[in-house]
Amino acid sequence: MAPLLDIRDLHTHYTSFGGSRVVKAVDGISFCLNEGETIGLVGESGCGKTTTCLSIVGLLPAGARIVGGSIEFDGEELTTKRSPDLRQVRGRKIAMILQDPMASLNPLFSIFWQVAEPAYFHRGLRGRPLRQRVSELLRSVRIPSPAVRMREYPHQMSGGMRQRVVGAIAMAGGPKLIIADEPTTNLDVTIQAQYLDVLKEIQQQSGVALIFVTHNLGIVAKMCDRMAVMYAGKIVEYGAVRDLFRAPQHPYTRALLGAMPKLGSKQPLYAIPGQPPNLAQLPGGCAFHPRCREAMPQCRLHEPAERRAGVDWSARCWLLGQPSEEQHARALA
Amino acid sequence: MATIDETGASSLAIAHPRFGESRRRWLRTLRSLPLVPLIILVPFVLIAVLANVIAPYDPTMPIQGAKIFEPPCWAAGGSTHWLFGTDFQGRDVLSRLIYGARVSLIVGVTGTVVAGGIGTMMGILSGYLGGWVDQAIMRIVDAWLALPGLVFAIFLATMVGPSMWNIVIILGLVYWTRYARVIRGEVLSLREREFVKLAEIAGASRVRVILRHILPNVMNSVMVLASLTIGVVIIAEASLSFLGVGVPAPQPAWGSMLADGRSMLMVGDWWLTVFPGLAILLVVLATQLLGDWLRVRLDPQSRNL
Repeated sequence: MAPLLDIRDLHTHYTSFGGSRVVKAVDGISFCLNEGETIGLVGESGCGKTTTCLSIVGLLPAGARIVGGSIEFDGEELTTKRSPDLRQVRGRKIAMILQDPMASLNPLFSIFWQVAEPAYFHRGLRGRPLRQRVSELLRSVRIPSPAVRMREYPHQMSGGMRQRVVGAIAMAGGPKLIIADEPTTNLDVTIQAQYLDVLKEIQQQSGVALIFVTHNLGIVAKMCDRMAVMYAGKIVEYGAVRDLFRAPQHPYTRALLGAMPKLGSKQPLYAIPGQPPNLAQLPGGCAFHPRCREAMPQCRLHEPAERRAGVDWSARCWLLGQPSEEQHARALA
Repeated sequence: MATIDETGASSLAIAHPRFGESRRRWLRTLRSLPLVPLIILVPFVLIAVLANVIAPYDPTMPIQGAKIFEPPCWAAGGSTHWLFGTDFQGRDVLSRLIYGARVSLIVGVTGTVVAGGIGTMMGILSGYLGGWVDQAIMRIVDAWLALPGLVFAIFLATMVGPSMWNIVIILGLVYWTRYARVIRGEVLSLREREFVKLAEIAGASRVRVILRHILPNVMNSVMVLASLTIGVVIIAEASLSFLGVGVPAPQPAWGSMLADGRSMLMVGDWWLTVFPGLAILLVVLATQLLGDWLRVRLDPQSRNL
């Protein structure tokens, strides 16, 4: 079966100063996503996670352009679509959840209208069925007494509730894919866990696919089937969450995992030295080498190609040049 | 006194809880209203609406049997037949003031609506579409602002000829720029808000995003600007009428009344200029106060100041 979303060698560049300065925010990304699956996009700020998402929905800011590669979604090629057709696909089949629940709702309209809008437009529901659908959606994101709550306005709700309402809006059009761009960053930790449970539940009920953008590896472990670790516009390691957590191949993945606090550990927390690179002035060779603990002379000179580390598992690192027997066996296990 | 009131209120509340509740709510809204501007404005609006009912004489015709320049009733030689005196044609000053209120308020409100309509539309288009549309509109606004408003208005008025509705359109064309500037700024920040982005992702068309998400969210600013523009427009209309390019002659307007009475100030016939002058002052002052109140009410940031 063909995957729901198949991104191949996507390049999205920002050009400024009349094209004299080019920032390769997304530089050759490939991944695919099956129906009902969840993929996590992980990486530091400015590594191209959000740009990847915006490329998929076709809402890149002025100055950014997809310059190469293909995005195939549900059997349709999105990069060559014209905007009215794209709007149809987008509204009906792709929904997005953004970071700030405070800004995600229009302060002037009641919850009912905001949740009803996609259902009204994309599913043609009116009157009583529409009301029923909204109430169902709100119940599915665990908003208590939806009949009362849907008459309220965003300022009457807490941040966690608003973000759940945003989730309900995302589901209202009956999408096949939801892109969640750091949906829990602005929520309290306790609310975060609750929200993730809600998302997981929605997904199990509806079979929607999820792209989860985050820099919190704990969330990835909880939510995702597969993950793609991004660095400087490239996916440096891609594979099943379980594999990557157990035997990370790329030093960057290892560093990220090492920087995660562990309960009961007495060791000082590892911090990745330095700053994420400026995408306009990338270091030569592997972009990660100035911060890499295991950098070798050749890392400075040549960029490593994608190498397989196992089934559906790849990384861009010279260390994988000749995978040892033990590594290989572990990878296949 | 206070205790009696309180017990009275509470027993009332027990007996008729709904009545007590509604009365308290009513009092609260009453207290939150801007009393000074309303006390000034409401009578003027009533006078303007009921002008043909309450005006004692025809404002455009001399009173039969009255001399010209009759003083007001309380001055020496005044008569209660013409309370505020008569003008250089023997017309009743009070009736002219009453009909003048109608002209001033109609021009003030509709001129503001025209200016607000053009300006808001331009501002939203400029801010939301961006790019060359934005550039074009903003350069037009710059050029427009470089022209002195009143001179521009006089120029337009002499071009199209004097009439009240022409004045409305002219003043709309002169004063739309401030709306365009302010609204564009608001839209620029609104456009980056996430609910606008989510609407775009959800497949809403540009028209729909503008009508549902942008316009309602800039209406606060439009209202505040409008309340502050009304005064400016009223003064501009009075100035045009004063200069003789505003509301044409037999029709009474406060500005032209000022102009008519100006030459008689030296002789001491003060009532010809003082009454219309006061009327302009009061209405403009009241609209400005109302605008200030609105701004504080509608802008959550300055509400607590």
